[in-house]
Amino acid sequence: MIDPGLYHILFISSTLFFIGVYGFFTRRNLVTMLMSVELILNSVNLNFIAFNKYLWPDRLDGLFFTIFIIAIAAAEAAVAIAIIINLYRSHRSIDVENAEELKF
Amino acid sequence: MTGSTIIFYLLAALTLVSAVMAVTTRQIFRAAIYLLFSLIGIAGIYFWLQYEFIAAAQIVVYVGGIVVLIIFSIFLTQQAGDLLPKQKIGRQLFSALAAFCGLALVILQISQHEFIKTDNPSIEPSVNNIGKQMLDVNKNGYALPFEVVSMLLLAALIGCIVIALKSKPETI
Repeated sequence: MIDPGLYHILFISSTLFFIGVYGFFTRRNLVTMLMSVELILNSVNLNFIAFNKYLWPDRLDGLFFTIFIIAIAAAEAAVAIAIIINLYRSHRSIDVENAEELKF
Repeated sequence: MTGSTIIFYLLAALTLVSAVMAVTTRQIFRAAIYLLFSLIGIAGIYFWLQYEFIAAAQIVVYVGGIVVLIIFSIFLTQQAGDLLPKQKIGRQLFSALAAFCGLALVILQISQHEFIKTDNPSIEPSVNNIGKQMLDVNKNGYALPFEVVSMLLLAALIGCIVIALKSKPETI
């Protein structure tokens, strides 16, 4: 085992991204799809922080991008869960196969 | 091989294993708990990188906010003890294939690329420096995105209330 550096963190974040992509492809439940999206957003955050730490330690731009991504992810999760609960009220199910028509 | 290296590999293993469990388990509540551990592992990696402010924000927002919200929505929409339906084996196979091919492509590109590090003296990512640059209105300041994000959060808050509001059947 060698000392961890930038490449290790990039490996972790890309693996996490494609785990999220796999979950997004296979899951058919809206809440679990939202979980996969959270994994994808977290991998992007990890990437920003790693580049800021190892390549441009004289600036803080990657850190600010991470802060704004976290804020936007929180807003996105809240709106998504409001939509999911509203969908559950009208359809009694949150499976994407049952949510085919938009007019409700 | 120092203690720091061992801690890094442990955090990486925690993050990746619980992420895999979160997307493959068929019990939705367990998926949420595995997601929680994965997010805690990422916060640990931020601590390991000595970005303590981001680690604290990650724990507060993701672990304390989003996962709790997800667990509440699971309680509201799911019957207790129900398993998620089994997916078709073909869909799982093709998704795994697509994800693996994408991962191989990205890893190949990363391993062939030579990153060039800057030589300038580094800045401490302390709360003092972060706050000064975030509320700075001059060049390299982040005051405008900060205000835009605050407007976005307000809009999301109002939007959530409007969407989840119980509407009477005749008023559409």
